[in-house]
Amino acid sequence: MNAPAYNFAYLDEQTKRMIRRAILKAIAIPGYQVPFASREMPMPYGWGTGGVQVTAAILGPNDVLKVIDQGSDDTTNAISIRKFFAKTAGVATTTATADATVIQTRHRIPEAPLHGGQVLVYQVPIPEPLRFLEPRETETRRMHALGEYGLIHVKLYEDIARFGHIATSYAYPVKVNARYVMDPSPTPKFDNPKMDNCPALQLFGAGREKRIYAIPPHTSVLSLDFEDHPFTRYRFDAPCALCGAEDSYLDEIVTDDRGGRMFVCSDTDYCETRQSSGHRGSENAAPHKERAHG
Amino acid sequence: MAENQDAAADDQPLLIADRLSKAYGRLTACRDVSFALYPGEVLAIVGESGSGKTTLLQLLSAQLVPNAGCVSYRMRDGVTRDLAALGEAERRFLFRTDWGYVHQDPAQGLRMAVSAGANVGERLMAVGWNHYGRIRDTASSWLERVEIDVGRIDDAPRTYSGGMRQRLQIARNLVTEPRLVFMDEPTGGLDVSVQARLLDLMRNLVSELGLAAIVVTHDLAVARLLSHRVMVMKGGRVIETGLTDQVLDDPREPYTQLLVSSILPA
Ligand SMILES: Nc1ncnc2c1ncn2[C@@H]1O[C@H](COP(=O)(O)OP(=O)(O)OP(=O)(O)O)[C@@H](O)[C@H]1O
Ligand SMILES: [Mg+2]
Ligand SMILES: [Zn+2]
Repeated sequence: MNAPAYNFAYLDEQTKRMIRRAILKAIAIPGYQVPFASREMPMPYGWGTGGVQVTAAILGPNDVLKVIDQGSDDTTNAISIRKFFAKTAGVATTTATADATVIQTRHRIPEAPLHGGQVLVYQVPIPEPLRFLEPRETETRRMHALGEYGLIHVKLYEDIARFGHIATSYAYPVKVNARYVMDPSPTPKFDNPKMDNCPALQLFGAGREKRIYAIPPHTSVLSLDFEDHPFTRYRFDAPCALCGAEDSYLDEIVTDDRGGRMFVCSDTDYCETRQSSGHRGSENAAPHKERAHG
Repeated sequence: MAENQDAAADDQPLLIADRLSKAYGRLTACRDVSFALYPGEVLAIVGESGSGKTTLLQLLSAQLVPNAGCVSYRMRDGVTRDLAALGEAERRFLFRTDWGYVHQDPAQGLRMAVSAGANVGERLMAVGWNHYGRIRDTASSWLERVEIDVGRIDDAPRTYSGGMRQRLQIARNLVTEPRLVFMDEPTGGLDVSVQARLLDLMRNLVSELGLAAIVVTHDLAVARLLSHRVMVMKGGRVIETGLTDQVLDDPREPYTQLLVSSILPA
């Protein structure tokens, strides 16, 4: 037996304790960005080192880990992170949302409803929702402390003035527990309602920016808007071409070099689960199930 | 103090400066300044470069902490409060509702990359306005009031001329109907004809809205046109104060005489 050259889940115990303290503080103050001493990880920042550190700090030997990137379990990024933890922590991994105890994600919240006891870990590139209009860190901190969030509406105002509607479709700002305004990371706004009153614990880690924040289970998460321009979810108005789902977030896929394209679920596990239980879309309809239009 | 809020509210000072001093190391930039400003009154602070005008304005608007003395302000509820005793949240709220601050450099007072409409609407959104249409309508009417073509409402001020930027800054400040506006060299750096138009506009707005204002300028023509009263500063001290016409037409102090004769040649 050769002893591993690294600790369980890669990080040393002292670092994990430090990160856990930051996580506990983040849970105690929903939506508040807690600074932490982010460590170098054996992967580039763009790969979600913040999320990886959070996952490393909370993972136990009995956990079952799922990793998704843009909703898919099969991108290079998702596969490497999954392998990293399988190797350094020896934990079981899965692609099934319902079976996972810890789900690390970039860009999406799974379509299958999360349940109590699960933890969703987000990889966050830019944690500060006020950054785009107020570059001064001292000033944004004061704004959070005093609950001065007029600037968020300035941003939404600009959207409407320019595009006629709130065009922000990713990283759409939310107010957590009626107190802190938070950037949900680059998830599509389609996923925002899933954060509200979610039974799972949601943790957010930003590696380069050294921040951790959290939404405890069953916490209110409100997408900010104007009375006369209310928040709306957005999805392409089409069923999934593979599983026929009408309620899932879709990716547009180019199918050939003649401009052919189709819309399919971005959540691959959701799509495959539906297909294996007999749901079909236009692209893979079983002959006998060909849609019989009237 | 709160008893006689409404009755004769205008008889009570809006702002009181009491023996204000501020030193930067060994240099005393502002020394023992006291005065009272009444509602609707426009006070000009004049003096040569380095005489302490900006320092005094920043002390009055609670952006600088004095080494000695205090500033009190009669809040909208009629209670006069020591500004140093206000919490940070209260002070910031006061700053974006009941006060305005017009900077000489519009880049300091505007968000240069954000549309004019949002620049004007920001204070409204900060105090909880949540209806896009109403915010936009209010912004439009303020742009009209400061003579900016409403067709430019979606343009960012970095595409505006110097005079337009200053007028936008004024609209951005006045949208919450403040009772007191601080201005630091509001016409500085503008062409003479642009200055004249801006001064004219400011004079009209101040009188229509019954605004009190404290205007720092080293241009005595600005003081003459806008202010009821003048304070002349030299080396951090107020050396002469009085009604604007009196001070400018018949200065007592030799320094003021020099100032008047050099800038307003007879
Ligand atoms: N932050 C600072 N640190 C040190 N000295 C300062 C500071 N601010 C101002 N001073 C000094 O205090 C004095 C008064 O400066 P202040 O800016 O108030 O003058 P001013 O009357 O506004 O001049 P100007 O007309 O040039 O704007 C000057 O001698 C200035 O150099
Ligand atoms: Mg100055
Ligand atoms: Zn599907």
